[in-house]
Amino acid sequence: MKDRIRIVDTTMRDGSHAMSHSFTREQVRKIAAGLDEAGVDIIEISHGDGLAGSSINYGFSGTEEMELIEEAASVIEHARLGALLLPGIGTIADLKEAHRRGVRAVRIATHVTEADVSLQHIKAAKDMGMFTAGFLMMVHMAEPKQILEQAKLFEDAGVDYVNLADSAGHLLPEEVRARVGLLTEKLSVPVGFHAHNNLGLAAANSLAAVEAGASYIDGTCRGLGAGAGNCQIEVLAALLERKGCQTGINLDKLLQTAEEAVEPIMLRPQTIDTDSLMLGYSGVYSSFLLHARRGAERFGLRTGDILKELGRRGMVGGQEDMILDVAYQLSSSLKS
Amino acid sequence: MEKVKTAIIGPGNIGSDLMYKIMRSEYLEMSHMVGIVESEGIRRARKLGFETTTEGVEAILDIDEIKIVFDATGAKAHAVHAPLLRKAGKIAIDMTPAAVGPYAVPCVNLESLSNEMNFNMVTCGGQATVPIAYAINQAADSEYTEIISCISSKSAGPGTRANIDEFTETTARALELVGGADKGKAIIILNPAEPPLMMTNTIHSLVRNPDERKIQESVRKMVEKVREYVPGYKLRTPPMIDGNRVTVIVEVEGAGDFLPKYSGNLDIINAAAIEVAEKIARERLQN
Repeated sequence: MKDRIRIVDTTMRDGSHAMSHSFTREQVRKIAAGLDEAGVDIIEISHGDGLAGSSINYGFSGTEEMELIEEAASVIEHARLGALLLPGIGTIADLKEAHRRGVRAVRIATHVTEADVSLQHIKAAKDMGMFTAGFLMMVHMAEPKQILEQAKLFEDAGVDYVNLADSAGHLLPEEVRARVGLLTEKLSVPVGFHAHNNLGLAAANSLAAVEAGASYIDGTCRGLGAGAGNCQIEVLAALLERKGCQTGINLDKLLQTAEEAVEPIMLRPQTIDTDSLMLGYSGVYSSFLLHARRGAERFGLRTGDILKELGRRGMVGGQEDMILDVAYQLSSSLKS
Repeated sequence: MEKVKTAIIGPGNIGSDLMYKIMRSEYLEMSHMVGIVESEGIRRARKLGFETTTEGVEAILDIDEIKIVFDATGAKAHAVHAPLLRKAGKIAIDMTPAAVGPYAVPCVNLESLSNEMNFNMVTCGGQATVPIAYAINQAADSEYTEIISCISSKSAGPGTRANIDEFTETTARALELVGGADKGKAIIILNPAEPPLMMTNTIHSLVRNPDERKIQESVRKMVEKVREYVPGYKLRTPPMIDGNRVTVIVEVEGAGDFLPKYSGNLDIINAAAIEVAEKIARERLQN
């Protein structure tokens, strides 16, 4: 029997960063319907920074995410509708509302060393009968053994799988294999992987994760996502088919969705430009990119200098506010 | 000089740091450290020569000299303690998110809270950001205020970690009720960098009257007021105004009484609690 790999689409969540959180009901309807027909297992939707991410810090949602969730739920027939929740940003109350609007799967995301802040949310999700994953971000910032300890907290809390996110797109394939491999060996629940393409390795790293035992892989149509984007889901599906994995995906339908529902609405091509390369190289959270560009423009600085300083300071996901701090400090030191 | 006797329930990090702060207070005297089991915190208090008990709050209810009780346990425990303390005529300073009594942010609303028997200290992030939110609102009328508090992983105790929603929800409410914003939102981030980072707090506000000079002046004055009881409180950036959006970033370095200096988050809520207790004590001593 061939390996069954479950593909998780996060076009309408991570892709929300690249869209500056401006998805409309109509866009969501088309994308969700296409992905559902293509046979994607989980379709994730929410503000890029998870439920209740709409804010000055991360950008306000053009259309309220709960409305978008409702819209997606109304067209999905087979897939599970999912959402992301970052404890510290979203709350159990937000999760309950998302559930009421049709979300049936949730990934609770924390920084790679802080899994214990998610335990109340995991319990609440399980109590609602949701399919629940524990999601560790910025996994390049911890060694495999330390990641395993954190993943075990998720496992003990009763998650259905543990997902590792290379949020900065910093990892090399062998580093992905070491992390995913140790977890698949030591955990009783499945392991998943979420890539960013800042160093051009999103697809290669996703394959490395599969080879190391991962059974859930994230992707987005046309790679739409923070930084240089995510693993392009059409490419992922094609590669996995070539590799002989079973995904349940109808590649033609998926290609059609990417081409007709996503490509026409993209605000810019999803390429590896200088700044997004710098994210991957410096190990900086991918969604800082557009905010750092705005900071650079406002203070007359180079985006790359801001990103490098954020990396040096060890900033973690969600600290977009520190872009202003860094920009202010850098521009003050230039003046003095 | 005469001092007002106080007790602390909950001999953890917060309780122990409060004890050290009381030891250097001109108006407060440390009487009892109260726990429910023998612990490091209880032993520490005993070693310093203070009375201790492991019999819980019941053990101090009949001691009339104790006028003020700091509750550094948890929200559920405080819900039980609050009516008992009230009945015993003791003023409760609630360090938990129970919010039995009104939110107290000393440099903003302490004057308006007279005759209260229970003061809630909001959250660490609330104590660090509500003063600035209030100062911006006074100068510019805030429609919406959002804060991001970043604390070092090492200074986030098990209580905070197990109840992180209580932080975001309580802080957001305090931004509205005390800070004066029409709508509040709070975000908390834990950062594990080594050496640990100082607590930073960003206050963003959308305002109706973005008068730069008035905002700068109001925020500057408020920072001075907070520094009176939290010397390590400082502006990292002055108010930055972009259209109707105001952004201020403040840093809190702890006093290092019992906890390390990077625990500015714990220091500021404790310093605020002491400020409340000292005001009550001063009034009692005058009468």
